[in-house]
Amino acid sequence: MRIAIVDESPARAAVIEEGLREAGMRDVTVFVDRKGIAARLEAMSPDVVLINLANPHRDELEELFALSRAMARPVAMFVDQSDSSAMEAAIDAGVSAYVVDGLKKERIKPVLELAIRRFRAFSRLRAELDEARTALAERDVVDQAKRLLMKRRGIDEPAAYSALRKAAMDSGRRIADVADALVTADRLMGDL
Amino acid sequence: MSDTPFRLGFLPLVDAALPILAREFGFAEAEGIDLTLVRDMSWATVNDRLLYGHSDAAHLLAPLAIATTLGLGRPAMPLSVPFVLGLNGNAVTVRADLAARITTVGGLGDVAAIGLRLAEAARTARDAGKPLRFGVVHRYSSHNYMLRYWLIGSGIDPDHDVEIVTVAPPFVADALAEGEVDGICVGEPWNSVAVDRGAGVIVAVTSQIWLRGVEKVLAMRTERMVEYKTTHGLLRALYRAGQAFVDPARGEEIARVLARPEYLDGSADLIRHAISDRIVFARGSDAVHVPDFMFQHREAANFPWISQAAWLYAQMCLARHVTPDDAAYQTAQRVFRPDVYRAALRPLGVPLPGASSKLEGGIIDGLGVGTTQGRLILGADRFFDARSFDPEALDAYLAGFGDG
Repeated sequence: MRIAIVDESPARAAVIEEGLREAGMRDVTVFVDRKGIAARLEAMSPDVVLINLANPHRDELEELFALSRAMARPVAMFVDQSDSSAMEAAIDAGVSAYVVDGLKKERIKPVLELAIRRFRAFSRLRAELDEARTALAERDVVDQAKRLLMKRRGIDEPAAYSALRKAAMDSGRRIADVADALVTADRLMGDL
Repeated sequence: MSDTPFRLGFLPLVDAALPILAREFGFAEAEGIDLTLVRDMSWATVNDRLLYGHSDAAHLLAPLAIATTLGLGRPAMPLSVPFVLGLNGNAVTVRADLAARITTVGGLGDVAAIGLRLAEAARTARDAGKPLRFGVVHRYSSHNYMLRYWLIGSGIDPDHDVEIVTVAPPFVADALAEGEVDGICVGEPWNSVAVDRGAGVIVAVTSQIWLRGVEKVLAMRTERMVEYKTTHGLLRALYRAGQAFVDPARGEEIARVLARPEYLDGSADLIRHAISDRIVFARGSDAVHVPDFMFQHREAANFPWISQAAWLYAQMCLARHVTPDDAAYQTAQRVFRPDVYRAALRPLGVPLPGASSKLEGGIIDGLGVGTTQGRLILGADRFFDARSFDPEALDAYLAGFGDG
C-alpha cells in the first residue's frame, strides 16, 4: 500500500510518517513543498493520501485527483453515512484522507486510525509547548513587575511579590494579569 | 435564557462580510444566537465541516453547494441555500505584459473589446504551443464559470485554446509572479494584493461580465436547515448585517473589523477599497469607482432566485461538469430556497419578491417587480454578450452555444 502524506508542517508529517513505518508500512512518501507536487504525486500514484485539514492546497489537490489520467483517482474517504463517526473523528483530529477505489476498507481503517492518533498527539504536544511558552512569558512579566515595585517603593522581593498577590486577590484577577497591567501602566506613564 | 450556539464556516474573503458583521455588530446575539465563525483555508475543508456536522452553516461558493447536492466528485449530500451572501466582487487579473496587449492599463475598459484582444493573444499562445493558463479558485466556482462565460463569448474555447487550473486564493499573487499562470479570476482582496505587489494588472471585474452574478451563498445541510429553529433568526441577522454593510458611514469600521487577524488577517486599506467599489487596476494608478463591483444587499440581492441556481447548472452543462438531465436540473434548482428566505424575513417587513424565478439578464433599465410585501425595483442585470437566460428553456439556451 503506497501512502502519501501531504502536510505543510514537516514536523507533523515526520510524526505521522514515523507512526506508519513503526506499524510496518514501508511505502510512505512525505510532500511538504507545494512546488511540483502534482507531477510527483502522479509519479508515485498513491493508494492513500493523507492531508491536514488546514492545508490551503486541498482544493487544488482534489481537482488533481478528480482529473488525473496518470494515476488511479483517490476519492474522499468514509463518505458513506455508515462511517460518518470515523470521518468526524478524522475532522476532529484535523486530517482528511483520500483513497483509491477498490482498496479494501479493513486495510485502510488502521492507516486512518493511526493518522488520527498521531495528529492528536501532535496537537497535544503543540498545546503543551504553547502552555510552556505562556508560562515562561508570564514569569517574565511578574519578574518585571516585582523589580518595578522594588525600585519605586524601596521594598524587597518577597514584599513586592506579596503586594502583587494581594492586588490580584482583591481584584479577582491572576497575578500575571496584575503584573502585566502594572508593567504596561509604567511604560505609558514614563518617568513621572 | 442562554443563546443557541451556531457554528458557521468561512474562508477569509471580503465577501464573508455579512456573517462576520452579523456576529460583530450584535445582530446574531439580538436573535438569541451565539454565532461562532470557523475559519478555514480551503473550500474542501469548509464543505467537510458542514457535511460532517462540525459546522451548522457555511459561507460557500454557490456552484459548490449545487455540485455537492448532485454528488459531483463525492457521494451526494443535499444542501440548501436560503440566503445569498452577495453578488460579484471578483476580478480577472493578468500578467502586466499581457495586460498591456489587451487593455489600457490602470483603467476600466470595455470588457467585450478586451475579450476579443485576449482571444487573439490566446490563439497566438496556443499556436506557439504554450497556451495561456488561468487560475481559478475552485472547479465548481462562479469564478470558473464567469471566466469561461467571458472566454466563450469572446470566441475562446476554454477547454482547447487555454488551460484553466485551480489555485488557492492566498497563492494567486505568487502564481502570477512566478509565471505559473498568466491570469487569475479570484475574489477580493486577492486581486488587489496581486496588484499591490506588482504581480499583475486587473483587466476586468466580473460585474462587467454579468452585472448581477450570484457569488457566495449561505449553505446548510437540508435536514439541519429544516430542524433548526435558529435558521430564521440567522437569516434576519444576516439581512441586518447587509443593511449595515451598505451604510457608507460604517465603511471604515467594517474594513477594520474584516481585517482583524481572526477574520481576513489582511490590509484594512485594500478591504476598504473593495467594499466601497473603488478598485486600483494597476500598481501606482488611481482608484477607479466601479459601480456595483460588490453587490451585497440592495435590490433584494440576498434573495435566492431559483433562476440563479438554474443558470449555474446551465454553465455546469457547458463546462461538461454535468450531462444535461431533467431530474438533476430540478434537483439543482431546488437547492435555492426562496420559501425559507420569505418565511424568515417576513417579520422584518422588508420587500419580498413574489416570484421565485426570473429571466436572468433580462432587465435593461430598472424594473419594478411584484412582491408579497414592500416595494422592490431591480436594476439592470445584463450579461456582457446581451444574452439572457430563461430557466424554462435550458435546451434552447445550451443550443445557442452550439451545445445541447
